Amino acid sequence: MSTESKTITLNMGPQHPSTHGVLRVILELDGETVVKAEPVLGYLHTGIEKTMESKLYYKALPCTDRMDYLAPMSNNLGYSLAVEKLMDIEVPEKVKWARVCLAELTRVNSHLVWLGTHALDIGAMSMLLYTFRDRESIIDVYEACGGQRMMTSYIRIGGLAHDLPVDFDKRVRNIIKQVENGLEDYETLLTNNEIFINRTKDVAVISAEDAINWSLTGPMLRGSGIKHDLRKANPYTGYENFDFEVCVGKKGDAYDRYVLRVEEIRQSLRIMKQALDGMPEGPYLAHVPGVVLPPKEDVLYKMESMIFHFKIITEGFKSPKGAVYQALESPKGEIGFYINSDGTNKPNRVRVRPPSMINLGSLPKLVEGRMFSDVITAIGSIDIVLGEVDR
Amino acid sequence: MGIEEKIPDSIILTSLDKMVNWARKRSMWPLGFGLACCAIEMISTFSPHFDLARYGMEVMRPSPRQADLMIVAGRVSMKMAPVVKTLYEQMPNPKWVISMGACASCGGVFNNYAILQGVDRIIPVDIFVPGCPPRPEQLMDGILKLQEKLEKESLKDERTEWGRKTV
Ligand code: SF4
Repeated sequence: MSTESKTITLNMGPQHPSTHGVLRVILELDGETVVKAEPVLGYLHTGIEKTMESKLYYKALPCTDRMDYLAPMSNNLGYSLAVEKLMDIEVPEKVKWARVCLAELTRVNSHLVWLGTHALDIGAMSMLLYTFRDRESIIDVYEACGGQRMMTSYIRIGGLAHDLPVDFDKRVRNIIKQVENGLEDYETLLTNNEIFINRTKDVAVISAEDAINWSLTGPMLRGSGIKHDLRKANPYTGYENFDFEVCVGKKGDAYDRYVLRVEEIRQSLRIMKQALDGMPEGPYLAHVPGVVLPPKEDVLYKMESMIFHFKIITEGFKSPKGAVYQALESPKGEIGFYINSDGTNKPNRVRVRPPSMINLGSLPKLVEGRMFSDVITAIGSIDIVLGEVDR
Repeated sequence: MGIEEKIPDSIILTSLDKMVNWARKRSMWPLGFGLACCAIEMISTFSPHFDLARYGMEVMRPSPRQADLMIVAGRVSMKMAPVVKTLYEQMPNPKWVISMGACASCGGVFNNYAILQGVDRIIPVDIFVPGCPPRPEQLMDGILKLQEKLEKESLKDERTEWGRKTV
């Protein structure tokens, strides 16, 4: 009988219910222990960056929705901020507050989907039903704002696509109440749940030092105890006016990240409340003729607005030469938009720093030497969206 | 008139076609397989608010061997195309395909090197559901249309593997 140990290679994905899309991982197993894990990417490569380069600045915006489709508004915001930086556009006060509110709504949306699917992967089937129940009300607000359930493209260059819907305030306040109640349900179901604790505590651990070395961001970084949040560290779109806490974990395991994300939902609700309370009146678009689309109401009744609208839609606007980088804290981590302009009406190069792809890079570190079933927990707790990983 | 008068009420006469179609229609199991954004709307369709279980189709099967409906939910990249085709081939007959969303149907906004311009280039599609992403109601409508279509099928029809154009 030979005593040497043999490993087997196991292919997981790209069609696998727990890989959140089309991630493929090649695992080398020694019995139940993972010796090596290698993520294979590209099964959803869409060429989004390349497509954006062939479009006018305005028309590239809808592509950003389709990257991180669980947090469409964060992506819109990132791209709009980058173009605004390039064009040196100052947006009205109301836009800033509305954007903060929408970005936080998006964070709640993304975290709710994460919570549902992560719990489902680990075996808590019913969570998905509860979180999707609450998510549905958020989607309704998206629909009221942008006319679409997921791909709203509502945050535009220089402002918003339309004014906020009339009952925006009421609807969002209802959501805040609903999610607050919902959070109690979720925590009752999971926080002290024996099975959930066993499957997530001390699983998929990453130390603070490793997290920095792997340039992780978002909950993956904060879960290891590092207090870094771009909303505080480098405030954009008026986050400096809001009072909220940056939550951190201790050990950097999957359970810590769960607690952290639930706490982040709470903080987001807090920010949303402040945004609603302090929402100023004013225009929803910056007034920069020739660059920012004129308000839709004017287009229908005013000659000049109509001409500007037509010109911007067909010709776009010329951008100054140069490059900008704008980063913001998306639900998954730091999403950055780099736009390189050569002075024409189309971006010369668009590059996105995808948080979940970079976080996914740490997967081998999280699972090697651990049990096979922990791979599922690790993938879930990184919170990947394949649309953004592959772009 | 005929034999119907002679038999008791508890016996129903029907054609084999109708009976088989009735059974197939009510127990269609989709393959649990999402590709991109549209998959999230597909999950929404299964979620309590829309509740697809009303039509007897909520049993998602992760294995193609147990599924008879493939919902291609999302954009199919060039790298994914062979995988989709393999999955389709692994499903036992009879099988149906719904192409969900603009991307799966025709490439959608992504008319570029990376995306397959329509999944019907590699597998035969029964129903196309438009939208980016289609609303859950639209997907349900697509599923109901598929059920209608299925009712007209006959066991005598030969379901060829390649009913449509292939590459
Ligand atoms: S049709 Fe739209 S929502 Fe569906 S996969 Fe394509 S881009 Fe995403």
